[in-house]
Amino acid sequence: MNPVATPAAPHAPHTSHLEPGEGQPGTVREHHDHHELGFFRKWIFSVDHKVIGLQFLFSGLVFLALGGMMAMAIRYQLAWPWRPMPGLAWMFPATGGAITPEFYTMLFTMHGTIMIFFVMIPLLTGAFGNFLIPLMIGAPDMAFPKLNMFGYWTMIPAFFFMILGFFVEGGHAAGGWTSYPPLSTIEAAAPGSLSGQTCWLMGLTWVGVSSMMGAVNYVTTIVKMRAPGLTMMRLPLSIWGLMITSLLQLFALPVLTAASIMQLLDRVLNTGFFTPTNLLVNNLTPDSFAYGSEAAAAGGQPLLWQHLFWFYSHPAVYILVLPAMGFTSDILAIHARKPIFGYKPMVYSMSAIAGLGFIVWGHHMFTSGMNPALGMTFMVSTVMIALPSAIKVFNWLGTLWGGRIHLRTPMLFACAFVSMFIIGGLSGIWMAATPVDIYIHDTYIVVAHFHYVVFAGSLFAIFAAIYHWFPKMFGRLMNETVGKIHFVGSFIFTNMTFYMMHQLGVAGLMRRTADPYAYDVYAHLQPINEFITISAFCMFAWQIFFVLNFFHSMFWGKRVGRNPWKAASLEWDAPSPPGHGNFDHQLEVYRGAYEFGSPEVEEDYIPQTRKI
Amino acid sequence: MRYLFTLLLFLVPALGVWTFVEADRWQLWFPQNVSSFGGEIDRLFNIIMYMVAFTFIVTEVCLAWFVFKYSAKNETKGAFTHGSHKLEMVWTAIPAVALLFIAFIQMRTWADIKFEGNFPKDGEYTREKPIAEVWASQFDWRIRYPGDDGVLGTVDDLERSWEFVVPVDTKIVFNLRTRDVIHSFFVPEFRLKQDALPGHTIPMWFEAKKEGIYDLICAELCGWGHYKMSGRVTVVSKEEFAKRMSEIKAEWFSNGKELGE
Repeated sequence: MNPVATPAAPHAPHTSHLEPGEGQPGTVREHHDHHELGFFRKWIFSVDHKVIGLQFLFSGLVFLALGGMMAMAIRYQLAWPWRPMPGLAWMFPATGGAITPEFYTMLFTMHGTIMIFFVMIPLLTGAFGNFLIPLMIGAPDMAFPKLNMFGYWTMIPAFFFMILGFFVEGGHAAGGWTSYPPLSTIEAAAPGSLSGQTCWLMGLTWVGVSSMMGAVNYVTTIVKMRAPGLTMMRLPLSIWGLMITSLLQLFALPVLTAASIMQLLDRVLNTGFFTPTNLLVNNLTPDSFAYGSEAAAAGGQPLLWQHLFWFYSHPAVYILVLPAMGFTSDILAIHARKPIFGYKPMVYSMSAIAGLGFIVWGHHMFTSGMNPALGMTFMVSTVMIALPSAIKVFNWLGTLWGGRIHLRTPMLFACAFVSMFIIGGLSGIWMAATPVDIYIHDTYIVVAHFHYVVFAGSLFAIFAAIYHWFPKMFGRLMNETVGKIHFVGSFIFTNMTFYMMHQLGVAGLMRRTADPYAYDVYAHLQPINEFITISAFCMFAWQIFFVLNFFHSMFWGKRVGRNPWKAASLEWDAPSPPGHGNFDHQLEVYRGAYEFGSPEVEEDYIPQTRKI
Repeated sequence: MRYLFTLLLFLVPALGVWTFVEADRWQLWFPQNVSSFGGEIDRLFNIIMYMVAFTFIVTEVCLAWFVFKYSAKNETKGAFTHGSHKLEMVWTAIPAVALLFIAFIQMRTWADIKFEGNFPKDGEYTREKPIAEVWASQFDWRIRYPGDDGVLGTVDDLERSWEFVVPVDTKIVFNLRTRDVIHSFFVPEFRLKQDALPGHTIPMWFEAKKEGIYDLICAELCGWGHYKMSGRVTVVSKEEFAKRMSEIKAEWFSNGKELGE
């Protein structure tokens, strides 16, 4: 618990250690830990990256609960269509608690939107990006602390608009999280396209601005603020994952922001980017569209939105998984007490995923009416993106091979990530194959695929990361026994929930249908959906173990010192929790972050800062 | 505890494969195929499935086995290695070849189904002379046949809602259009799916090999009533088809007289 360095160290200038041409990175800034801040300055208007990270973490977890409840309602409808939900009659007085079709379309639209833009991206890049980057590279804070604060504060209007949408006339957006026009742009097309869709677009734009600020900050910080001696090829893979993710956001996000502003203009200023001529929606000719006649001569292209949307949202899939891959790599190596297997191939394969990730968006559009020749090229690039993913899986297995594995909770969730990512990755190959996709496009096999990647994959990695870095966040360990109970139940019920969706998809079951059993081909699938729903309820309820453990451990968990896991990377050199300015001694880096089991020393690890 | 966690990881490939093996028996597998190219799609699905299953079993079993073997109580240090260049080459090259193989075997089938150049040219129905136009709109299907003159868009066009009647063993070419938002024409038994795109006319073709009534499903979210946007494709013999067409014609030009009398 005591500072490692001598008292004189924090303020000693160390510029002499720097490489020529480098500025002040890595040096401890003076005056950072000298003044006491009030509650509001410390927890609300904070410029400290750790507090901002925690703000993202807490809001992300709150939205996770909200999105999870929506998923439960979706599952209820799929198991027992149109039956009143017990105890929810007060919410739907008109139907006695049953879900209406309008409400169902809104539910899955907002479930997807919230889980992607308000849970996964903010948790992975917002919470862990903010918390980990300065600590793991030995910097006192982000390169632009104020910009970082604005990054969270621009999320507030996003939260506002996304919540507001639920209370406007017609309800929230109901055009799917993909919001394909003209369904989403023409008010007569869907109740959610009245004002809900405008709220949705405003919220999305603000999230984009927030992520943009974050991404600029992360890249700058990683490039410019590394501790002396910490070369790029000595960075922990978490940092590489976050860095590549930020680059993806920098290049892809402007396109989504532009597209959502275009759709906003289509809706409020009657432009016609995405609205073709001669539509007849809801028996209304374009002249009688609620917002005037200009759209009649629009001449726009609905496919243009799909291209722009997926140009961002496919890289976004990798934004959802690359940081999780980084966390998993770190956690596997640390808890298996073994260097990461193939560090450089890991970095290159992450870069390859990011690079290829920009030229595969068309695989969402194989059946959209896009030129089929394009389908060919997108198929080849999509199939090839499985290659770097496979390399990563093999390297994770290589990391475990010959290790000394400690099966603590973070390690269990990290192993589960590998196991689940294999399933999610492999099922993607079916979807990449164009002729097979003609049949399975928009069926439940797609639902199984992305839930295995994003829920069972990335969310399990987030759980692993929370258990792993909790001691650094709060100076206390989470309870191991409760953590293991949480893991076992989550793992079993997650697989019971999502695995059989593969078979439902092969049977042809469509996603986004409120009552599929009206069709003869689907009528016999209702019992299996009941099984899935009950599993999903159990999985949702099981998270109570996580919630209790999280809050109990925050205040009453076992106190630990700087380095409870005996990890080698820099964040474990700081106090737990680190004060403002992070490090209480000067850092100098001599090696990579994965020196476990080295024969050079007696202990089984060498911290990055140790000189031998 | 170590045994429990290993068991959980091992159950993933074990139960995972088992559910796929049993799926057919539980009626959780492909519905019957009645189109000429559907069998090809099923075959490609199966080729990928066997390759995927092999990788799935090998990696998942390795994972479970490594977790079991290397989590035993052991105070010595683990193997100290940063990787192996040779292994990286092996597990880059082999999947690369396998993946390229998967990509290339798809191309012929994709081109046959979707490329306009490969549409039926010599049959009764061609790209220039489609059997009908299928119109999607919130939330129903309408089928417009060209009538006696065989030309779409003339006064003798016939319209039939909900039911698309086609002859068996014939290459059917038709146009897909939409009045309002995006819809998708999906018949599971034909393995055929295509979005209807506002402002576009999209040609499609299929050949049904078996008479029967098949569900026509909208497969792209099109609004609150998406779930009930059903239609059907009725495949009849060629003689029956001619009879059905004259019935449709009589009904269309009756101006509802039968209903009034």
